[in-house]
Amino acid sequence: MNSEEELPKENEKIPFSQRPEWADVKPVPQDDGPNPVVPISYTDVFTETMDYFRAVYLADERSPRALQLTSETIKLNPGNYTVWQFRRLVLEAINADLLKELDFVDRIAEGNSKNYQIWHHRRWVAEKLGAASTVRELEFTKKIFSQDAKNYHAWSHRQWVLQAIGGWEDELAYCQKLLEDDIFNNSAWNQRFFAVTRSPLLGGLGAMRESEVTYTVNAIKGNPENESSWRYLRGLYENEAHALIKDPQVALVCLEILTAKKNYVHALSMLLDLLCHGFQPGQEIRDAVCALTSDSGTPDSDFGTMVCTVLELVDPMRANYWMWRRNMVPAQVSQSLAADGLSSLSL
Amino acid sequence: MERRRTTGTKSEEEQWMVEDRVGYLYAFFSSLPPNAQSALLEIRRDNHLQYLTHGLRQLGPSFSVLDANRPWICYWILHSIALLGDSVDAELENNTIEFLRRCQDPDGGYGGGPGQMPHLATTYAAVNSLITLGGHRSLSSINRLKLRTFLLRMKDASGGFRMHDGGEVDVRACYTAISAASVLNILDNDLVQNVGDYILSCRTYEGGIAGEPGSEAHGGYTFCGLAAMILINEVHRLDLPALIDWVVFRQGVEGGFQGRTNKLVDGCYSFWQGGVAAIVQRLQMVVCEQLGLSKASYLECTSGSFHDSETSDISNEEEGNTGISSPVTGTCQIRKEGQDDASYPVTLANIGFDFINSKRPMRPIFSSMHLQQYLLICSQEEAGFRDKPGKSRDHYHTCYCLSGLSICQYCSTADADSPPLPRDVMGPYSNLLEQVHPLYNIVLDRYHEAHEFFSESENTSQCS
Repeated sequence: MNSEEELPKENEKIPFSQRPEWADVKPVPQDDGPNPVVPISYTDVFTETMDYFRAVYLADERSPRALQLTSETIKLNPGNYTVWQFRRLVLEAINADLLKELDFVDRIAEGNSKNYQIWHHRRWVAEKLGAASTVRELEFTKKIFSQDAKNYHAWSHRQWVLQAIGGWEDELAYCQKLLEDDIFNNSAWNQRFFAVTRSPLLGGLGAMRESEVTYTVNAIKGNPENESSWRYLRGLYENEAHALIKDPQVALVCLEILTAKKNYVHALSMLLDLLCHGFQPGQEIRDAVCALTSDSGTPDSDFGTMVCTVLELVDPMRANYWMWRRNMVPAQVSQSLAADGLSSLSL
Repeated sequence: MERRRTTGTKSEEEQWMVEDRVGYLYAFFSSLPPNAQSALLEIRRDNHLQYLTHGLRQLGPSFSVLDANRPWICYWILHSIALLGDSVDAELENNTIEFLRRCQDPDGGYGGGPGQMPHLATTYAAVNSLITLGGHRSLSSINRLKLRTFLLRMKDASGGFRMHDGGEVDVRACYTAISAASVLNILDNDLVQNVGDYILSCRTYEGGIAGEPGSEAHGGYTFCGLAAMILINEVHRLDLPALIDWVVFRQGVEGGFQGRTNKLVDGCYSFWQGGVAAIVQRLQMVVCEQLGLSKASYLECTSGSFHDSETSDISNEEEGNTGISSPVTGTCQIRKEGQDDASYPVTLANIGFDFINSKRPMRPIFSSMHLQQYLLICSQEEAGFRDKPGKSRDHYHTCYCLSGLSICQYCSTADADSPPLPRDVMGPYSNLLEQVHPLYNIVLDRYHEAHEFFSESENTSQCS
């Protein structure tokens, strides 16, 4: 079909008023009123293009030249959702080639990859194309991630493609690669969680948990200051605190990081959560925490309080938070022990 | 500071660069004599006001990319001016009302400019702008009956909202719809229906809230999700201890907040994340209930909170007030009694009002002073505020940096009526900004005027 993409770019520099194919259209100026606020000093090209867009939009003209007009309008302001929405109506009406539409979005996305409208439009096109677009969409997001590995919209788009159209085969391997490049990439961790919990090929969290815990524990050992891996570890036991406190790998990695006495804030924070859920620490963990503080006079029964006190000292940005936690720890600990029928044991 | 490796991953290297820039500014600040330090900590009010008012009068061609966001620009500017304790002159006020009238769609809602489709985000911005202006002419220019029709039209089968006809569904859409409906007193069961389910589906394993189910926890969406859940009286359904733990870790070594784990600090999150941190200070009772703690331990947790000098009676007050004014206790009651439809509208209408009038049983859980330091030294420019050193100012960051600063200044006072202590305001006490209603991000006295206006029967009759 006669796509607008085949028109020479030069054509766009000719004012609409001098283009014979637009001679029948009367431009509609913006109704800004006599004294608008936040008035923008539009360029002449911007004003004229928008005036013609308004004319076509108000006339609801769904034609090839209307599609061409929306292309020019979107190039001037890719954030105009009204233009994008009208473009979708036109695309449907003239039964346009949607693969060419993806080419158009590719070009607009260069330099505008953080714009809501582009991604919403892309989702609309991909949905219509169905399985024919899977590979292209996954590759497109990969290309974005090679520039900006944390692009929020691109990750949402990728998740949508996987769920709505498919293409799960290599997802875990892709997350693995991104994390090898940058273990601090929290978006890649989030995607890993998405794949592990939602991929129809991996068997769900139940089947994956053991190997994921092992992977995460190794990541923690390599960079104990990396919050992403600690949060991921908690996520693997989301809503299953009892399983979390019983996993020896979790307590062991805490012990190892605490013993090393370096970058141990997240380890202490994890230990505190374990205690609040009824975890009973062994002597090694108690000794490791005691070794972090000169305050050796803390009574044994207040181990959770002691952890908070250390956190207040070593994590001053969150001193208020740890103080707040400290006020609640004894009640939480006795509560969880009572729930376990262990209330006779003192912690 | 610990010696670093010279090369790191991309995340590490970007982070180190920001730390260097921020560290340089803090070192420079420390090297100054005391009077120069005080001068640097001062909010440059006149400069900011000039920058803001100029934007209201004229914007350059580069703003064409924001041509579908003009009510937003109005809000960022007007709200910033109001935070600074000032207001626009009668002519600009009049022009703003007239301009926003042209952005209002004949079928309800506001678009990004005259003639554009109505959009939830620009509707929120226009409503907040008109409330910030205040006065009968401004408030009555909003067609609430049609606005409600528009909001209902945007309701998605999932319970969430879509931004515009044919637009995207996300947590931002939920918040902007619920916030606008709540502040205009048109929130009802039809609008609320299942929106809580949608927001819950956007919680992530990290503890924060994402834009869509499965996405990454994010400061902007976490604010939107939390505020919306409070406004619909369903905040007890969120895992608040997990959310609190996530948000406090977003405050970084620079003193400012990041939007997501391992991302860079940005002044705008002073409001999105700082606002979340301040909001949860009023949710202590729900938190304790979620932790399975008894009322006795709740009182134990809260006693000794705040500065001893000012709030020795906090725990008693709380005990005395239980079940009366606190939206939090209201939440518990509703749940126990079941979802009685007849009680719904009554409850919904006053949630925002009760929330701000409830006491804060908790001290701040974040570091207000570190955040204020970041905002005043790293974000503030000669005129306007910026994301971080090396970036340029804009109206958006000016609005949310000032909003965050206000949140910091007031988060240590126990109730809405008492002014902050000088020690809680960094820099001269003249730095004190106006207080905001954190659920709507509207200056408090403008909110109260609107609340009163939209509560009166003659003003609500068009909606019943």
